[in-house]
Amino acid sequence: MICLSEDFQFILGNHAVAEGAIAAGCKFFAGYPITPASEIAERISQRLPEVSGRFVQMEDELGSIYAIIGASLAGAKAMTATASAGFNYMQEGIGYSVATETPIVIVDVMRLRGAEQATHADVMQARWSASGDHEMIVLAPSSVQELYDYTIEAFNLAERYRNPVIVLSEMTLSLMREKIRFRRPEELRLFSRVRPTVPPEELVPFEAGEDGVPPMAKFGDGYRVLYTLNPHDRRGMITGDLDVYDDLYKRITAKIRKDVDEIVIRQEFEMEDAEIAVVAYGSEARSAREAVRRARMEGVRAGLLKLGTIWPFHDELIRSVAEQVEKIIVPEMNLGKYVGEVRRASDCLADVVSLPLNKGRIHTSDEILRAIRGEA
Amino acid sequence: MEHPNIRRLKHGVLPHMFCPGCAAGQITNYFIYAVDQLGLDWDKLVAIGGVGCMSRAPAYLNANAIHGIHGRNLPFATGIKLTNPELTVVILMGDGGTAAIGGNHLIQAARRNLDVTVIVNNNGSYAMTGGQVSPMTPSGATTTTTTRGNLERPFDLCKLVEAAGGTYISRWTSAHPVQLINSIKKGIRHRGFSFIEVVGQCPTQYGRYVLGLRDPVSNLRWLKENSVTVKQAEGMAPEDLEGKILVGDFVEKELPTLEDRYLEMERRMREAR
Repeated sequence: MICLSEDFQFILGNHAVAEGAIAAGCKFFAGYPITPASEIAERISQRLPEVSGRFVQMEDELGSIYAIIGASLAGAKAMTATASAGFNYMQEGIGYSVATETPIVIVDVMRLRGAEQATHADVMQARWSASGDHEMIVLAPSSVQELYDYTIEAFNLAERYRNPVIVLSEMTLSLMREKIRFRRPEELRLFSRVRPTVPPEELVPFEAGEDGVPPMAKFGDGYRVLYTLNPHDRRGMITGDLDVYDDLYKRITAKIRKDVDEIVIRQEFEMEDAEIAVVAYGSEARSAREAVRRARMEGVRAGLLKLGTIWPFHDELIRSVAEQVEKIIVPEMNLGKYVGEVRRASDCLADVVSLPLNKGRIHTSDEILRAIRGEA
Repeated sequence: MEHPNIRRLKHGVLPHMFCPGCAAGQITNYFIYAVDQLGLDWDKLVAIGGVGCMSRAPAYLNANAIHGIHGRNLPFATGIKLTNPELTVVILMGDGGTAAIGGNHLIQAARRNLDVTVIVNNNGSYAMTGGQVSPMTPSGATTTTTTRGNLERPFDLCKLVEAAGGTYISRWTSAHPVQLINSIKKGIRHRGFSFIEVVGQCPTQYGRYVLGLRDPVSNLRWLKENSVTVKQAEGMAPEDLEGKILVGDFVEKELPTLEDRYLEMERRMREAR
């Protein structure tokens, strides 16, 4: 880390994640080494003891995800970090975190299957691969600054909604150095889970108010809560009543769905009068922005919708773009995944064009510009 | 009259799902006795189960509890203990969760000397799923997935945990209630990785199909008759010990726990400041 001034640092993407976690109040990290995510564990293993936090290197990714769930149940803000191959192993734990409403943050540095190359391989896995019904909150940063900022945001969202939150980093971002600004403590708006205030005998641990998020006890504070994957009622007791099960997952998904507009981070660039929109996430948003700027210089009314939060999916937002423009281009570093969701939400109101690239690099602005021109 | 340990169960959980005569009910009962005889605060106790027969027990206890993931009990425990070393963490699980799917977690937690107590109900099979072969099923035994006899050898779990670094290791059967309660008390009191294997009867699967004993009492009698204490074994020839269940304390030693080492590192950091 090169210190440029008190606030500005020239810093590795993976280190920015670790610093974001520390700024957010992370007190526990468990991980297993994997390229290109290992520097997150290296950095945070050094940093956590400085802030009364604890680190453990586990025997595998399953160990890591359950260790952070255990830490969270004991009251700590907790995180793990891995790359695609290790992320596969964590899905069962993500499902457990959903079912027990345990806040955790998972950083998945996407890498090509079997190779350390840039990709958007896991955009659908991050959303769907945990078994059973769930909503997932997935943030897709496009810069080292966003790796830092979104990691902080991920903790806030996890704590607020009692849900796993995934930061979907990328090979390129994770091992890239950029200048970033560290947030001063007074600028940070940190959120911690709401604690129960009623006496232990009165607590109904999975009963929620209007926001759908029950206050969360911690082990040792006298509430004696049971956390189980099994269908459970408001008291947390295992039940065979599938009406109760149905209600449980309606609440668990609705608590996030109802706040989609608030949760989804997005930025619009030249969208006011756009006739062609690029919808991009992650590092692709960087070339997309440059392509839009160049298209405007050529007199083409192009605009960019950059999604910082790719899940939950903001149907109304995409629909409103589709209502406005004639064509939506979705550049991705895979064979075309997220474009399917954009197409669905566009509801045939615009022509949705997939711009896939599955060769371990991001699109150049030339390539996206050609697609905007209709040459691709 | 109500059983005195009913008050340690969450209100309204009964009936439990253990089969009549299952060792899991006994072990849960012995565990409650041990905790109460030690006078521990149930508010500061975390019971961790997984999936399986024995692993269901924490779901019944009026305690802080985790249930529902097969074999991952020890990673949960690692996160809990490093976050709050003051909590007493007890793991209740079966031989499948311990020796198969959670086997690596078992040896790693023992190596770290994590300050937890693991109580394993070894009934020699996957009982909940229909009596399939487990890493604790004896060679040659007929199960639903070894209809021509088990081709594999079972673990000696206590030796495995000893080699991995466990610091209190003991084995009893469900037919040794007093010894087992004492052993659980010792395990909980012990600072470090405590491992207690309980060879428990399963009249529904292992007892019925492997031993040919359908009723719980004859299963318990079989356990008692086939157990040999460490002391008795001293005077016995190796061939006489073949097929016997060696019971007693095997390891008891004081070594720094992972939590101790962490606190020590933090102390050194404070001093260096």
